[in-house]
Amino acid sequence: MSQSFNRGLVEDFGRWREFSAGMWAWVFHKFTGWVLVGYLFTHIAVLSTALSGPAAYTNTITTLEGLLVVRVLEVGLLAVAVFHMLNGSRLLLVDLGVGLERQDVSFYASLILTGAIVVASVPTFMAGVSL
Amino acid sequence: MSERYSSFEPGGRRWFWQRITAAFLLVVLAFHFFLLHFVWHAAEVTFALSAARMETLSYYLLMILFLITATFHGVNGVYNALINAGLSGQKRTAVKWTLVVASVVLVVQGVRTANAWAGISII
Repeated sequence: MSQSFNRGLVEDFGRWREFSAGMWAWVFHKFTGWVLVGYLFTHIAVLSTALSGPAAYTNTITTLEGLLVVRVLEVGLLAVAVFHMLNGSRLLLVDLGVGLERQDVSFYASLILTGAIVVASVPTFMAGVSL
Repeated sequence: MSERYSSFEPGGRRWFWQRITAAFLLVVLAFHFFLLHFVWHAAEVTFALSAARMETLSYYLLMILFLITATFHGVNGVYNALINAGLSGQKRTAVKWTLVVASVVLVVQGVRTANAWAGISII
């Protein structure tokens, strides 16, 4: 059975050189979680233009998707979401007692896999947008 | 290294439901991303295409459940992160109810939007 660990002041980033892989995973998971919950509220707000009618919704989405900065932000969102999902899977397994002793390896694997998925998705996410 | 790093107290109700919703969201979020970025492309989104998907009952119900679980998972995560950072007492109560109200507003707005696509006029 895993034990809860007193991290001390992990928020004190002056200690970042002392952070272990598990602490980095905790920091990244928290950061990506804040981004995702913020995006959820933004996402519903943008989709709510559907309440103003078909033309308002279609125009809003088409205009946003035509902007390069939105496409770049979408790639960023993908990176954040994929890391949160992969690291979250790791945490689910750790809570089930699987891989507690190999957290560093599974954390690095989450980072590498996130990078690979995001890079492979860039062409699809950038298709059809112009500078 | 065998330390367990988490903002959650293991074994509690908030921890338990965070894990249950996480398992559900892993599958449905992957489906959502894949469907709306790889099968369809975000740039091709129109009201008619969104409506066509949402008029299918199973898809509509899945998206409503997705909305509710994502809202719970996100807001519960924020709440626990704040408690972990020392939030307590009256401030904790105030933050809790602010998050509850924000969640209800988000879910109601999301359901209204889904209903607009599905052609349902309840709320």
